[in-house]
Parts: sequence; structure tokens; C-alpha cells
Amino acid sequence: MLSKRIIACLDVRNGQVVKGVNFEGLRNAGDPAELAERYNQEGIDEVVILDVTATIEGRRALAATVSAVAKRIFIPLTVGGGIRSEDDAAAAIDAGAEKVSLNTAALTDPSLITKLAARYGSQAAIVAIDAKWADGKAIVYARSGQAGTQREAVEWAKEAAERGAGEILLTSIDRDGTKSGFDCALTAAVSRAVPIPVIASGGAGSLEHFAEVFRDGCADAALAASIFHFSEHAVHDLKMMLHDRGIPVRL
Amino acid sequence: MIALIDYGAGNLTSVRKALAAIGANVETPRVPSDLGQAEGVIVLGVGNFQQTAVLNQEWRDAIVGVVERGRPLLGICLGLQWLFEGSSEAPGCQGLSLMSGQCEQLKPEWPYKVPHVGWNELEFPRASRLFEGIRNRSQVYFTHSYAAPVTDETTAVTTHVVPFASAVERGQVYGVQFHPEKSGDVGLRILKNFLNNAV
Repeated sequence: MLSKRIIACLDVRNGQVVKGVNFEGLRNAGDPAELAERYNQEGIDEVVILDVTATIEGRRALAATVSAVAKRIFIPLTVGGGIRSEDDAAAAIDAGAEKVSLNTAALTDPSLITKLAARYGSQAAIVAIDAKWADGKAIVYARSGQAGTQREAVEWAKEAAERGAGEILLTSIDRDGTKSGFDCALTAAVSRAVPIPVIASGGAGSLEHFAEVFRDGCADAALAASIFHFSEHAVHDLKMMLHDRGIPVRL
Repeated sequence: MIALIDYGAGNLTSVRKALAAIGANVETPRVPSDLGQAEGVIVLGVGNFQQTAVLNQEWRDAIVGVVERGRPLLGICLGLQWLFEGSSEAPGCQGLSLMSGQCEQLKPEWPYKVPHVGWNELEFPRASRLFEGIRNRSQVYFTHSYAAPVTDETTAVTTHVVPFASAVERGQVYGVQFHPEKSGDVGLRILKNFLNNAV
């Protein structure tokens, strides 16, 4: 049986891992390659490197970071943040990433999803959706949660899948960094609407939250950052708990 | 020297890094005649079956020639599918036909999603040199939408909606649907087993 995946997210700024609350107020959490290797030893299923600044200088540092991480771990690696074009995606993939995650760029130019899928295969094209509830609707935000759009999360996820996305990385802006649990209602709505896997993100604060998002949120994978960074819970403890609950995981 | 065929279908960086980590000497042949010195050959691929059409008759002959010299061939992901007769993904496009059967699309069926992405189990119907030292039900990383049928040549079966061939073997021809280069220590061991067969 296919395992539910546990994914560690490294929010990287200028070559260092940082983590904020509600997308703001970043603090330092260490060297990306060291952290990735530690997670790998603990049994993490995938690693996502998210460039949270995406300035020109940061972008150059990112390629070095991706390459350093890819040398140390032999599990899937995704790069997101600041991927604006086919060339940006190619740079990330050449540095050692398997998949790239498109967010703002896909909203601006949805044909970029199809172009990447044609060039690298759908499995390499993840569409990241940042959503925030307003008047009973999950509204999609661009630019790291700074800019609201006219799009609704479920509809955008369906369109992204039709255009060739291989997975959806769904982040709840409301829950990000709050440790109050994943947004199971949002995740389930998107997961049920698309044939492709959905990765839930934003709000992991306890091991129980992962069980909830797999059970109630119908997530195919769950992503977290701070819960792993500060050694609050080892990846292995999390997987043992999920296993004991009858949720399939890789041990 | 292990020849890693680059025909533009997906990225070779990961598999190159994994092979380097286990001490393999890897080269990417530019022309089919470069395969004359190969101790083994790996065909990797992701994406659409149609992309394998780039591997023309000259390349096919050179790759089969490596096998005829008693050297091993490993197809990874789309590379496994290419060992079969063809795929419903690209009906006009001939596979290498070293394995019998056609590859078919996996159909999503709630709660099973397609593409089949993530870590899934290998079940071994029989022993294979490729899986020496690997426990039954070990998990490896998959990412694909089409799959090969279970036949006598199947050495590992994985189930996602339906059972499919996650590994095949016939003489010195091997194929894996999963990505050994992305499957942690289990994957590195599988690549090492292939390497041990080659050199």
C-alpha cells in the first residue's frame, strides 16, 4: 500500500534555514544540508527547499544550497520559491532537484505548468497553492501570501491538474506557523476535487495533527517545518504513532 | 564504465549523483558507437513514452549489443516501460520488446491518486540478483502514471489500484519502475547490486 508521506520543508533565506509565523518574522534554524541529512536519517520521505526571499543574490545562493542538499540525501527533493520561468526551473533541476514548485508564476502564466510538464514530466511540476478563508471561500494568494487573487483554491487546483501539474502543495495561510493543526476542511475539499496527490501544509503543531490531516483531510502527504527544525518531535516518533493508528507510513 | 543514456527525457543529475555515491564510473555516450566499451548500460526516463522515439534504431542496436555481450541493461521508470512492446500512452511508438506485453495507464480510483507518487512496497514473487540483501516489502519511491503488466519476467510486484510490475528481469536485462536513485539506502543497494553484476 502507498505510504502517506511526511515531508520536511526547509524555508531558506541566503543559504540558511529560517522559519516565520503567518509568513512573517523569520528566525534562524540552521544549515540546510545538515538539517536535510538529519531528517533523512530520521526517516523523512521527502525534502522541500523553499526560497523565501527569492532576491537575485538569494537565488544564486539557492542553487548552491540545492546542490549541497542533493549531494547528501538520496530521497526526492523539491525546490520552490522564485521559480518564474522555464530557465529558473531548469536551474533548480540541474542543481539536483526532482521537482519544482510553482506558485505566483503559475497564477500569472498558467501555461508555464504545461511547459514544465512537457519538458520534465508532470511528476516534476508541483503547483503550490497558498489559500486563506474569506466569507466561506478559500481564496488563493500570490507573492508569499501578500497578494490576494480572484481565484478559489479548489477551482485553481482542478485547473492546475488539467494543465499538467503532478501534485498540489496546499498551504493554509491562516494556519501557517500557528501550530494549531492543518486545515483539514480545506485539504479534504481540494483532495477530493483532483485526481493528483495533495500535500497538506501549514499549522502542524503536534503529532496528532498529522493523523488528523491524513484521516479527515484526505491528504496524500503532509509537510511541516518548525515542528521538525527545533527537534520538538523526531520524524521517527511521528511515523510510529501513525503506524500504530493504522495509517500506512514508511518505517 | 557504466553508460547512462541521455535522450532528453528528464534529468540525469540525481541518478548520476547516486551512482557516484556508490563509486560507479559513469559516462554519457554521445553517439551509439560509444557503447562499445560499456560494462553496463542504464536507460532512465520520466515523462511521456513518445520521448523514447528519440532512441532510433542505431541506439537500439547499440543498447541491445551491450546485452548480447553479456553486459547488464537497467531501465529506470520510463526506461522499464521502454523494455516492453509499447505503451498505450504513445500507440505508434515501439518499445524495445525485450519483455512481452503493453504498458497501460493507471486509472485514479478514490482514494488512489494518479500519478502514483510516493513510497510503496515491493513484493518479490521470486529471487532476483537486483534485490539481493533487500527485504520483502521494502519501500521505494515511485512517480509514474503508466505501468507494465505482471508477467513471468516480473521480479517485484507493487499494487496501486491494480498490481503492476515494479521490477522485471530477463537474463541480463533489468527494469525498475521506481527510482532507486531516490529510494534512500534501499535504492542505493539496488544500484550497487546492478553495478556488481556489471563490473
